[in-house]
Amino acid sequence: MKQKRRVRVMVAKPGLDGHDRGARIIARAYRDAGFEVVYTGLHQTPEEIVEAAIQEDVDMIGLSSLAGAHKYLFLAVVELLREKAADDIVVCGGGIIPDDDIKRLKESGVKEVFTPGTPLDDIVKWVKHNITPRQD
Amino acid sequence: MPLTFNAKIFDDIEKGNKKWQENLDKVFGAKPERLTRFSTVSDREINRIYTPADVRDQDFAADIGFPGDYPFTRGVQPSMYRGRFWTMRMFAGLGSAKDTNKRFHLLVKEGQTGLSTAFDMPTLMGYDSDAPKARGECGKCGVAIDTLNDMEDLFEGLPIDKITTSMTINPPASIIWAMYIAMAEKRGIDRKVLGGTIQNDMLKEFIAQKTFMCPPVPSVRIIEDTVEFGTKEVPRWNTISISGYHIREAGSTALQELAFTLADGIAYTEKAIERGLDVDDFAPRFSFFFNSHLDFFEEIAKLRAARRMWAKIMKGRFKAKDPRSWWLRFHTQTAGCTLTAQQPYNNVVRTALQALAAIMGGTQSLHTNSLDEVLAIPTEEAATIALRTQQIIAEESGVANTIDPLGGSYFVEALTDQMEEEAFDIIQKIDDMGGMLSAIEKNFPQQEIADSAYHYQRQIDEKEKTVVGVNKYAVEEEIPVEVLEIDEELESLQIEKTNRVKTERDNQRVAECLEKVGDACSGKQNIMEPLIDAAKANVTLQEVCDVYRKVYGEYRDPGIY
Repeated sequence: MKQKRRVRVMVAKPGLDGHDRGARIIARAYRDAGFEVVYTGLHQTPEEIVEAAIQEDVDMIGLSSLAGAHKYLFLAVVELLREKAADDIVVCGGGIIPDDDIKRLKESGVKEVFTPGTPLDDIVKWVKHNITPRQD
Repeated sequence: MPLTFNAKIFDDIEKGNKKWQENLDKVFGAKPERLTRFSTVSDREINRIYTPADVRDQDFAADIGFPGDYPFTRGVQPSMYRGRFWTMRMFAGLGSAKDTNKRFHLLVKEGQTGLSTAFDMPTLMGYDSDAPKARGECGKCGVAIDTLNDMEDLFEGLPIDKITTSMTINPPASIIWAMYIAMAEKRGIDRKVLGGTIQNDMLKEFIAQKTFMCPPVPSVRIIEDTVEFGTKEVPRWNTISISGYHIREAGSTALQELAFTLADGIAYTEKAIERGLDVDDFAPRFSFFFNSHLDFFEEIAKLRAARRMWAKIMKGRFKAKDPRSWWLRFHTQTAGCTLTAQQPYNNVVRTALQALAAIMGGTQSLHTNSLDEVLAIPTEEAATIALRTQQIIAEESGVANTIDPLGGSYFVEALTDQMEEEAFDIIQKIDDMGGMLSAIEKNFPQQEIADSAYHYQRQIDEKEKTVVGVNKYAVEEEIPVEVLEIDEELESLQIEKTNRVKTERDNQRVAECLEKVGDACSGKQNIMEPLIDAAKANVTLQEVCDVYRKVYGEYRDPGIY
C-alpha cells in the first residue's frame, strides 16, 4: 500500500513588496507542523508562482502581500491556475488586507485570508483541516 | 574613577540588596511573582531591582559626561531640546506626485518641520509605472516617480532651499537624488545649499527590507559614488541613512538592530576610506535611522548605547579627529510592526509610548505612525493625530525640559552598558567573518533575524508576550476606522503622463545620457554628474536602472526562512 503523501505547501511572495517577515514565519511554522514547504523567495510574478506550483505539485499556495497590490496579484494567480487547469491547488492569502477586499478575494476563488494577529497554530490547524494531500 | 561611591559602599549596597531579595523570596514563596521570568520584548531578562552596584564600573566623565561631549551618551548637541525640539518629520507618499504634494502642504501647514517622502514599490525597485512588473502597485504604498517631471510636481510650491527633505529610497537612491538636484538647479537653487537625506543603505536591504536590484558589491560601489559626490558637491546632504529600522521590523531584537546597524556603518566607512576619502570629510554626513519599539527602557538604552559606541568606533577604530565625525545623529520611527489591526485606536497609545522612548533616547527627528497604518496609507485625520502626539509630548508633557532625564538611572545605565558590551561582541563576530558584506553572503544576519522573529511570534502564540486586543482583551469587532483607498485610475493616468514625457523629450539626448551612465558604471568615473544630466534630459528612473541591471546583474532573494 502506498504511503499517504504529506501536505505540500508553497509560500509565495508575489509582486515587488519586500515585507517577508510574515511569509518566512509561516513557512517555518508549516515546516514545524510536518508539511513539505516550498518558499519562493521575494519578487515573484504570478506566472512564476503558478509555474513553480505546478512543477512542485503542491496542494496549496499561500500568498503574502503587505503593500496593497493583493487584489491584482492574488486574483492573477487564481486566474492563471484556472487557465492551466490546475485550480485544484488551493489558494490562500495573508497580510494587510482590508475586510472589503477579503470578501471580494473570497468570492473570486481565494479560499481563505489570514490577517495579522492570527496565531500560527490556527493557520496550521486550518491547513490540516482543509487540505488533503494528493496521492502521488 | 566612579564619582560618588567607594568599595565599602558597594559592599553595603550588595549586602542590603541580598537581604532585600531574601525577604522578597519569602513573600513570593507564599504568593509567587506575576511571571516566572521577566523579560523585555526582545527577551532580555530584567532584574527585580537595579542599584549603584550594577553600574559600579561606570565612570561619569568617561562613560556618561555631558551632552555634546565625547562619548555623547547624553546627546550629540550640547543644547539638545533646550535649544530646539527634534524635527517632526512625517513620512508621506501616496498616489501621484500631485496627491503627495497636497499632503506635504497640509503637513507643513500643521506645523511639520521637515519633509519625508515615501515612494511606491515600482519606484523603490527601479521600475517605471508602465513596466509589466509594476501592474497593480502604482502609487499604492507611496508616490510614483518616473521622471524629473514627477519630481517637480512633488515639490511644487515647497521651499526646498529652506526645508530639508528626506527620501526613503535605496537601489535607485542615486537617481532620485540626481532628479532632486536637477529640479533645484532648474529653479536656480545652488546644490550646495540643499539639505536632506537619501536613505541609500543597501546593506540593510539585503539583511532585512529586501528592496534590492543589483548584487551587494556593485550596490555599495554606487553608494560610495554618492558619498564622494556629496562630500564635494552637496555638503549639507546626508548621503546615507544607516538604518536599523527595517532590521527591527523584520523581527530582530533590539540588540541585533543595534549591532547590525553599526556594523553596516563600519562597512560603509571602510569602503569610503578604501576609495581614498578622508574619514573626517564624509563621516559627518552619515546619519542613522532607528526603530522605537515597545519596550520603553530597552529602547532608550539602545539609543544611548548606539551614540556611545559610534563615537568610540569613529574615534578609536577609524581615527576620526573631527568631533562631528563622532556624532551619531539619527532619525527614529515608531515601530510599525507593533500596530494592530484589532482595536486600532489602541495604536495611538502604543505610538505615543514609543515616541516618548525615542525622545528620552535623544533622537534628532521623529516619525510617529498613524493609527491606521497597519491597514493602509494613513488618512489625513490619522496622520494629523500622529503629528499631534509629538506636539503634545514636546509642548505639554515637560519631558523635554531637561536633557537626558534618565541618565543616572541605575537601570537605564546598566542596560546601556550591557547592550553596548553585547553589541560589540556581535560586531566582533561580523569582523571575524570578514565584515558585513561577507556576513551577508553567508546569510548570517538574515538567519539571526529570522530566528528572532519566529521566537517572538511563538511567544505571542503561547501568550508569554501580550499583544493587547490580539492575544488578550480581544473583542468581536468591525474595524471602526475609515481606510484610505488609492484610486485605481491613477495607474493609467500616471502611465499616460510618463508616455507623454517620453514622446516630447529629445530622444537622441536621452541615448547619449544613458551611454554616459553606462560608461561610468563600468568604469571608475563617479556616476552622479551623468545621472544629473540624465535627469535634466527627462531620462526615466527605469531607463537608468536597466543600465545598472545590465552592467551589474540582478540580485535574487536566497529565500532564507
